[in-house]
Amino acid sequence: MNDLRHYETPLLPTPFHARTEAACKTHAWANWGGYRTVTTFEDLAMEHSAIRNTASVYDLCPMIKYRIEGPDAVAFLDRLTPRNVAKLRVGSVQYTVWCDDAGHLLDDGTLFRLTETRFRLCCQERHLPWLLDSAHGFDVTVTEETEEIAALSLQGPTSAEILRRAGVDIDALKPFRMMEVPFGMGRLMISRTGFTGDLGYELWTTPDLALPLWDHLMQAGALHGLRPIGSDALNIARLEAGFIITGYDFIPAHVCLREDRLRTPLDMGLGWLIDWEKGAFTGRNALMKQRAKGPDWAFVGLEIDGNIPADGAILYRAQKHEAGVVTGACWSPTLKRNIALAQLRADLVKSPDLWAEIYALRELHYAKMMMRARVVDRPFYTPARRTLTPPARF
Amino acid sequence: MYDAVVIGAGHNGLVAACYLARAGLKTVIVEKNDWIGGAAVSRELYPGFTYSNCSYVSSLFRPEIMRDLDLPRHGLQILPYEGGALMTRDGGYLGMFRDHESNRREIARHSRRDAEAYDRYARDILRNCRLIRPMLMRRPPDLASFHPRDLSELLWLGRQITGQSEAALCDMLRFWTMSIADFLDEYFENPAVKAYQAVGSIIGTALGPMSPGTAYVLLHHAMGDVDGNVGAWGYARGGMGSITRALADSFRAAGGEIRAGVGVQEVRISGGRATGVVLANGDEISARRVLSNMDVRRTFLGHVDRKELPADFVKRVERFKTRGSSGKLNIALDGVPRFTALPEGAPNIKGDLHFTDTIDQMERAYDDWKAGRFSRHPFQDVMIPTMIDPTMTPPGKHFMSCFVQYAPPQIEGKPWTDADRDAFAKTCIDQIEAYAPGFRDLILHVEVRTPRELEAEVGLTEGNIFQGELTFDQMFFNRPVPGYANYRSPVKDLWICGSSTHPGGGVMGAPGRNAAREVLRDLRQPVDHMSDAYAIV
Amino acid sequence: MPSFDTIVIGAGPNGLAAAHRLAKGGASVLVLEAGAVPGGGAAALAHLSYNLDPRVAEGMDLARHGLRWATTALPTTALAADGNHLRMEGVLGERLSGAVDPADIAAWAELRARLLRFAAVLAPLNAMTPPRPAADPKNPLLKLAMIGLKARMMGAAEFRELGRIFLTNVFDLLDDELRSPLLKGALAFDATLGSWLGPRSPNSVLPWLYRLSGQTEGRQGALGLPEGGMPALAAAMVKAATAAGVTLRCNARVERIDVADGTATGVTLTSGEQIAARRIVSALAPKTTLMSLVGPRHLDNGLYTRARLQKARGGAARLDLTLSALPDFRGADPTHRLLIAPSEHHVERAFNPVKYGEVPEEPVMEILIPTARTPAPDGLHRLSAIVQYAPHAPKDCTAARAAMLAACLLQLERHAPGIGAKVTEACLRMPYDIEAETGLPGGNWHAGELSVEQMLFLRPLPGIAQYRTPIAGLWLASAGCNPGGGVSGTPGWNAALAMEADR
Repeated sequence: MNDLRHYETPLLPTPFHARTEAACKTHAWANWGGYRTVTTFEDLAMEHSAIRNTASVYDLCPMIKYRIEGPDAVAFLDRLTPRNVAKLRVGSVQYTVWCDDAGHLLDDGTLFRLTETRFRLCCQERHLPWLLDSAHGFDVTVTEETEEIAALSLQGPTSAEILRRAGVDIDALKPFRMMEVPFGMGRLMISRTGFTGDLGYELWTTPDLALPLWDHLMQAGALHGLRPIGSDALNIARLEAGFIITGYDFIPAHVCLREDRLRTPLDMGLGWLIDWEKGAFTGRNALMKQRAKGPDWAFVGLEIDGNIPADGAILYRAQKHEAGVVTGACWSPTLKRNIALAQLRADLVKSPDLWAEIYALRELHYAKMMMRARVVDRPFYTPARRTLTPPARF
Repeated sequence: MYDAVVIGAGHNGLVAACYLARAGLKTVIVEKNDWIGGAAVSRELYPGFTYSNCSYVSSLFRPEIMRDLDLPRHGLQILPYEGGALMTRDGGYLGMFRDHESNRREIARHSRRDAEAYDRYARDILRNCRLIRPMLMRRPPDLASFHPRDLSELLWLGRQITGQSEAALCDMLRFWTMSIADFLDEYFENPAVKAYQAVGSIIGTALGPMSPGTAYVLLHHAMGDVDGNVGAWGYARGGMGSITRALADSFRAAGGEIRAGVGVQEVRISGGRATGVVLANGDEISARRVLSNMDVRRTFLGHVDRKELPADFVKRVERFKTRGSSGKLNIALDGVPRFTALPEGAPNIKGDLHFTDTIDQMERAYDDWKAGRFSRHPFQDVMIPTMIDPTMTPPGKHFMSCFVQYAPPQIEGKPWTDADRDAFAKTCIDQIEAYAPGFRDLILHVEVRTPRELEAEVGLTEGNIFQGELTFDQMFFNRPVPGYANYRSPVKDLWICGSSTHPGGGVMGAPGRNAAREVLRDLRQPVDHMSDAYAIV
Repeated sequence: MPSFDTIVIGAGPNGLAAAHRLAKGGASVLVLEAGAVPGGGAAALAHLSYNLDPRVAEGMDLARHGLRWATTALPTTALAADGNHLRMEGVLGERLSGAVDPADIAAWAELRARLLRFAAVLAPLNAMTPPRPAADPKNPLLKLAMIGLKARMMGAAEFRELGRIFLTNVFDLLDDELRSPLLKGALAFDATLGSWLGPRSPNSVLPWLYRLSGQTEGRQGALGLPEGGMPALAAAMVKAATAAGVTLRCNARVERIDVADGTATGVTLTSGEQIAARRIVSALAPKTTLMSLVGPRHLDNGLYTRARLQKARGGAARLDLTLSALPDFRGADPTHRLLIAPSEHHVERAFNPVKYGEVPEEPVMEILIPTARTPAPDGLHRLSAIVQYAPHAPKDCTAARAAMLAACLLQLERHAPGIGAKVTEACLRMPYDIEAETGLPGGNWHAGELSVEQMLFLRPLPGIAQYRTPIAGLWLASAGCNPGGGVSGTPGWNAALAMEADR
């Protein structure tokens, strides 16, 4: 960070870069949070298939990570987020969001309770000013530790078996729990979490152990179809799982230019996270008001006729009245359906008359289609193995 | 008999003239200098070196005007520049980079918090730009008028402002009234980061960064763009004169005529109407209307018979504030100065360079101005356009433009002397030398411009580069004078089209365009050849 | 211990005004004062009255409770070091004599009338709950329209002039019209008194108009001096409030406001004592109320952070001297208000160093010598002065205080030779001393700077300018709220009105 010549490499390598670069045959790199990350290593379909059929590793390092530590850590987090943090046990993980005063979403992320007084918050966007401001008046320190941690996501039906082969006994590890084992000269933290909606784990260690970890896993997974995947494959998996991504499915409030784009947890279908009884948290007053009158927006899963992904499509009622917008869409190879996530006007959630306007550019001409869309339950796909404890053997 | 005579071939006069000529009006421009361009000029003041000796960078020039008047086809090229740097007294620096990640990592070298605060800050500035940009190309309403046009403009304005949430509206009002120092305190903690961001809030302004209202001035410098990249700045290839040269070519192509070398003595008025101009050499030019690109004080106090003007108008014009606050050094260099703080080969030298590393230092420089002195530790905005533009100097040689604040219109109440000017130049050069040892030895030639020179040569009263200070009492419906923000004057057919009018100074062209639009409106001429303001959709 | 339905925190003029009005409306009100004596800034800091709200004076019947005016149009002498002073008599320098350019007499009459007119047009804004900038059915649209109409009825030229000077600076406004340095200095001093602005600061005119909208005994712009000084005014307010049934407890410092489930339930004192009430009215600075008494746990981060960042820089210090004999300010009438502000430049120069936390070499000041009017029993003389500008957060507080005191005494000596030898006791309270003593953040007299971006519906902060807070049952009623400071009682009265309208 203090290198004066940082501008010569505007995108940082992650601690796994030596391995990902060697494995990335397409050279399809993209910027994620200031890091070079792979969009596709080799073949999108094979990479997605690995998530659902065997196992995949995904370099999670660019995920922004904050360490929150101190006697007031719980009080601080309970005021920061709408979820009840006091109820989060040590060794557990919580999916969470946080909002500004108006209840507008700033980000979502996962909160790890490492000890009674130490937490890790992982998220998509950078929030140091907001977190530090929130820390005023609390006996707590907030430190950005993105560069101090190397993280790898191991996801797929054979992921548990690979960990067993790697010498880790994960049989007792339940979803949203974590454990720690010695690894090399240091420690490896394993949480049963992920962004694929499948059986899977996230592995956390220090950057110096990144390459040994990668090699160790690859060796352990050699007979179990383990392969590195890029963010394109992950995106299909997360859509199948119905997970949202900040910046794609909603615009974080602190960088949102247009006020009509702001969304609250209620608009995004995340009202279930809010503990209305726990007391004050930032945005509570505004969200109470919104709850009383009902949100303007809903966030829904859609099944759309045909097989052309509806990414960015405008939604209509009765084919003419604008009703919302598709924020993410794909043809789901797992479900053999055309699925989408969308922001939809709340009063139209039950409408039987929804349509997606899809433009498909084919050989220099647009095929314009008005395809019927149906609101369906999310997640689109959630296999039983995801939560089975202990996971099955392969 | 001309349809219109325009006094002054500055960029706004040229823009207005271009639009009028393109609408079919027989138009002539009269310019006192042998060259055209006003304060947007490229001049060879040292053999082989082209100087942008007044204005020196471009961002504000409205792209709508570039398109309408076909300026690129007439040779205008804007070169976006790379980065910039603020050098700190401890030998370090804070760089600016075009790349978002580099920029973030650079700020993080100074403060991690500030690096992450930058995104929200940039959003908030852009939010205000979005609101203000459409106003640049409109005629401000007269608050006291019940004319349907004024009322509809007022209504439009009201809708722009109230079409936002209470929180956003309050933020906007606070932003427009705060000092940049206070505003930046709400986002950043690092002094250098704040000092760099404050640069745009004082340039050209007789205010310090702690003066309320300077946050708006920042916006004035951030609302431009280079090819849609809002807030970006660039060089005009071949110097700032390329802008006015392209305008002149466009004007001539539309049938316009330019007479340079003889200035206007007086606006000819008969029966309460402007009927043309009398030149300094006694020649007269008859025209159905006169547009003045000179600042309002020069126009009405120097070139219009007082008897033709209402007393209270004259009083207001006399009180129109035009105190100059800046000076300039234009330097021919034998090579690239070596700024010790910057890593060898860093791109930052291809942009704006500064040597005041705290807001306090900038404010103290302003305190000197208030006392009628040039700043002992001045704020400088230094550029070397030849790092990018190969057309201005021989290879390996460079042109350096140093914009300096603060320089008062007078030194402790007395006119500038040559000794004052030389002392001023020495102060500035010494400052640069401290950050680039050996700089002095590279100097081949220096042109020093204090407010005195700016007034004498370009005709900017008291050397104010905006043709009138940009404070709220002189902005929008108050610019130049309440009741006359419509580009008209008490004399029928005498119009004002320079930066003294809304939306003010900078090489923007909007005042000239707006004035031409009003002229054509009065003539009930179609204005299809004038683009509406591009919105930030 | 009887129970109260309303607790008012702080027995300054605003707390007392609010308490009185609420008690008259039938509430049982307890006022808690941290200090040993009530009165707040009215008793401890201010030495003049310029904006006592007539609604408060009448509503509390202060005359019946002992308020007598020594004068309701205190004259001013702007001191010149050479003894050629400028006298400003009547209301707001109605009559000028002494060192004044003859042309200025007419010019000032015109400017004075205009300023008073503008201030009068805007005055109704003081007496209302600020409108919300968003469409709100409670907005006083009719009142606002009336203000607009009245402004327009001044005529097109005056209306435009108001639109021009609204956000301009005092320096240019004076420079446009006047020539006499003493007159300009005196006006520049008055215009910026108590604010963290110099005369050259843009936006300095509006706070001046606020000041000029104040009145004494029905005369707009007049300076009043109560018999017995400002503590007497505070005492009358205390008496009135007590007579209305308000219970006042001194030496009762509130440690925190108790909040349960977003609702204020009472207060806890530093002694540990808890007092429950349905409604809490804080007449302490909003910044202090939100940050210290409520605390971050009960507030959204955005609001709390804004409170933290709210500007509250005090720029005025108070000097109190005990003198063995009456000083001679080169012949100036010692019963006048005496100003040392030789020119507008001097005022600006005194502001310069404060921006960097430094002490000015030549401070400007407003001086009163009450003992010149009413001799003290001990035969000694008392001089009080409001001195501008003083840094609120210098690097070394002790050194800054000493330097400031030295600068003040030097400045006084320049204008009243021999005064130094007469000083038997000197007490200078810097903004940080005032903060320590009164709890006013930054020692700012307005309980939060009175600057355009912190006025009207932006005062104290956007979203809480209507005296109501996001904590149900907690109200703000200090000078930190619309319209601002001075010993006016206006914010307190407005807050009480807002509470009544809430039922």
